[in-house]
This record gives sequence, structure tokens and C-alpha cells, in this order.
Amino acid sequence: MNGVEGFMYPNEIGLQWSILIVLYPYITGLVAGAFILASLVRIFRVEAVRPTYRLALLTALSFLLVAPLPLQLHLGHPERSPEMYFTPHSTSAMAMFGYVYLWYLMAVLVFEIWLDYRAEIVHFSKTKKGLVGFIYKVMTLGSTNVSHKALELDEKIGWIVTLIGIPSAFILHGYVGFIFGSIKANPWWNSPLMPVVFIFSAMVSGISAVMLLYMATTKLRGLKIDIACVDTIAMYLFYTFIIDFAVESLDLIHRIYEADESFRSLNFMVHTKLYIPHIVIQIMLGTLTPLILLAITQLFKLPEFVRKRIYVIAGSLIMVGVFAMRWNVVIGGQLFSKSFLGYTTYKLALVTKEGLLAAIALCILPFIFLYALQHFLPPWPEKDNTGVPEATH
Amino acid sequence: MSAFKNTGHLLRFAGLFVIAFFIFLIVRHFVVPKSFGEYGHYRGNAIKEDAARPSYYAGHEACEGCHSDVADKKSHGKHAHVNCEACHGPQLAHASADDPSKHKPVLPDTTVLCKQCHAASAAKPKNFPQVGDDHMPGMACKDCHNPHSPAMDQAPAEKTASTSKAPQGGKK
Repeated sequence: MNGVEGFMYPNEIGLQWSILIVLYPYITGLVAGAFILASLVRIFRVEAVRPTYRLALLTALSFLLVAPLPLQLHLGHPERSPEMYFTPHSTSAMAMFGYVYLWYLMAVLVFEIWLDYRAEIVHFSKTKKGLVGFIYKVMTLGSTNVSHKALELDEKIGWIVTLIGIPSAFILHGYVGFIFGSIKANPWWNSPLMPVVFIFSAMVSGISAVMLLYMATTKLRGLKIDIACVDTIAMYLFYTFIIDFAVESLDLIHRIYEADESFRSLNFMVHTKLYIPHIVIQIMLGTLTPLILLAITQLFKLPEFVRKRIYVIAGSLIMVGVFAMRWNVVIGGQLFSKSFLGYTTYKLALVTKEGLLAAIALCILPFIFLYALQHFLPPWPEKDNTGVPEATH
Repeated sequence: MSAFKNTGHLLRFAGLFVIAFFIFLIVRHFVVPKSFGEYGHYRGNAIKEDAARPSYYAGHEACEGCHSDVADKKSHGKHAHVNCEACHGPQLAHASADDPSKHKPVLPDTTVLCKQCHAASAAKPKNFPQVGDDHMPGMACKDCHNPHSPAMDQAPAEKTASTSKAPQGGKK
């Protein structure tokens, strides 16, 4: 803010929140969405999508580990972040999020993954040697009880954890929408629908991400894609997407109908500066096109190879569309100020702390985590490959 | 105890949480400053530390003690609520000196100083006095306005007024 004097709104001189703050809701959304897909198997007993269950959990964990990093990089001083836990202020949404994050990470995801993998962990702790074997031994927590009764109990506890996990996932991502929706100084953000919009777009992007990951990893491993599984995911994706589209449309219609003092300014912005990212990428490419493509797969009997290609195209467009939605919320909301006098510009840097390269690195990092995790905890549905014996009595 | 036979691993996981919680409490005990929360959601000692830092501002009462003529004029003008040091800068050294003339304040350049508040901007309220660059170019503000009571009883000299625009808003 050097060189700024007199009456100015902060974002009239430059944007405070960069692409890293775009990534943050995008990544947490993928976590919540991936977990919701996993819950289809555990809670709603949708057996068709079981091949993606473990992959969805590991995807959620990989992305959750990366979720706070954009914030850390943006704020700087990561050594100060534990203070949020040590001396939390009850009026700080961010401080409360710290606890939600920790709860979701440890009490939901890590616990559920540990319960689900316990039989494998115990098996590997006995068969693997060296450092890897030692890590598995630590992961068993000293208990090698994998009797049927113990595993049955794990299943029941896992069910409860997932049940608690669904509202936790909603709170985790609903909070991100809440942070934006509760900023009353910014009419582009200020909407009670914001948390709901964020939750449903999160579910859509997370389900798409796991579907694409499942198809890509199965292809890379030279195996046949379980088309019944992908068909079922696509069906749920389509239904969730319809709700997401309806909620976002409701938000838009409400703004147009209400047409408060900000409307002219925001409307002009959408038709000029945000035309490409909002109208073209988010709505046309990222919403209407995949919605039509998914509707075609639901309405017509198409050959398997056509369906697979449509799923890949629709899934990829959804990933781009949801990213564009986050971009338009975060960056779009800072292009104007409360004075409604003119617009500013966001220039994306390349090699800076908050530049494009840092953002790309943060996008790649979850996949590196996932690659490492799948070595330790194979998520593949072909259980025979792991050599895990039947549970002992 | 057979009921707990198959819950050993769950208890161990729960134990991990308990251990982590106690570690958290121990670390918290050492890293959170002792004076935290003494007065509110901040470090109580911060107030004492701030109070121990050297002061630079004297406060308007200190100025008014000696400059009662200026204070009187200011109290009747538009700048009645503008503190002396807002324009003249921190003056504790001047006010507390045995010989204030040895720490004489530098007279502010009104062509620069006044614009900090009164430069025209579309974002300012309409009734706030504002001047553009075309208002009396080449003249210092104090040539016409007394900064301690800036309202003018009469219009500026005709020859200069004819070449410039009056300020927007407020009393001209």
C-alpha cells in the first residue's frame, strides 16, 4: 500500500488475494467431493463404485495434506500458524477452520483409512523387511488382531466414522463458502447461498477427479476399466451436477431480480473483464457442455467406448469449470471495489511466491503424495494382487 | 474382559489421540506467553512493553498551554477537531524541552500538506472541500487560507480567481 494516501479501498490499488487463494477452495473442494464419493460405498451401499472407494479416500487425504499450503505460502510465516491452535479466537472463522481441518484429517480420514487398511497393514508388517516393514509395524500400533470379529468391529466403526465424515466434509467446505459469503463489504461474495454453492461444486469436482483418476490409473496399469463402476459414478455426478447448476442459477437469478446498488457494476464486469472466465469457461465450457454430455449418456444407449470418452471429456471440463468458478469468485470479487468506480486488473506473475509456477507446483504435489500413498496402501480393487490372506480366527 | 478382546487396536488409536492431546497441552503451556489473556485476547505484557517505548507525540493539550492564541482561532474554525500534531508532526521534544526554541518545529509546506486531505477524488463525499490541480496554481494554500481556520471571509484577489476554479464542496 506504499504511495497510497487518502480515501482508497484496499483493492483499488492491487489485488490482495492471488491465484493461491483460488487454489485453496479448489483443493479443499476436491477433498470434500472425493470423500462424498467414498461415502456412497460405506453409507449408501452403492456397491458398483466400490473399486474407487480406497482411491477416493487416498485422493481426499493427498489433497487435504496440500490444502493449507496455499494459505501458508500466501501469508508467509508458517511458524506462526500453530498459534491459531494454541490461542484460538472464537470470533475467527479461520481459527475454527483449523480445528475442523484437524478433526477431518485425523478423526475422519486417517482413522477411516487406517481401519480399512488394517488387515493389509498387519500383513505387510509381517512380510516386508527393512525400513518399509518397520513403518508398517508402527502403523499397526502394536496390534496384530485381524480376526473376523475385530474386522467386523472395524467395519462398524468405519461406518460410524464415515457417517460423521459426511457432515464434517460439508462443514470443511461449507466453511470456505462461509468465509466468502459472510464478507458483507463485497456484494460479489456476500450471499447466504455461497456455502451451498461451494459444497455442491466441491462434490461435483471431487467426484470428477476420482472418476478421472480411476480411469487413468486403471489404464496405466493395463487393466480393464470397470464400466459399471464408471457408469454409476457418472450417474451420481450428473445428479449432483444438476443440483449444483440449480443452486448456482438460483444465486444468479436472485442477484438479477434483487438488482441492488452493486448490480450495474457487477453486470458490466461479467460482460467485460470476466466474460471469458465466467461466461465462456465457467458457464458454457465448464457447466453447460459437461451437463449436456452427461445427459446424453443418461438418455441414450451409447457404446462403451463412446461413454468412456464422454466421461473423460465431461470430467475434464468439470475440473476446468469448477476451477474457473473459484477463480471468478476470488479474483472477480477483487476486480471492483465498494466505490463501484472502475475496475482493477489481476496480473498473474510467473516466478514469484504467488505466481503461476508455485500454483502449478501445488497442483502437482497432491499427485506426488497420492503416488507415495498408493505404494504403501494399494487402493486397487484387485485384492488378490496384494497377497493379503483371509482374516484369521 | 472378552468384550474388549477385539477392541485393543481401537483403544490404541484412541490412546494416540490422548497422547497427542497431552503433548499439545504441554507445548501450549511453554509457548503461550504467561501474560496472554490477562486483559483480553492478547499478551498482557504487550501493553507494558508499548508503554515503555519512547514517546514522540505531546498531545494537543501541551500545545494549547503555550499557543493559546492559535488554539482559540482553531477552535472556531473547520479544523477545530484536527489535532496540532496531525499537521505539525510529533512535537514532544519541542513541548518538553527546557528551551522549546532549540527544538523549533519545521513549518509544513501547505502545497503538499493540504492535498493529503483535500486533493479532489471522486471517492470522497461531495460536501467535503476538495481542490484539483487547477485551483490557484503556483500559490501556496496558506497564501489565502489560514490553516488553523481555513474558511475565507472574502474571495481571493480577482486576478487569480479569474484563472482558476473554486474548490468543490464546503465553504468557498
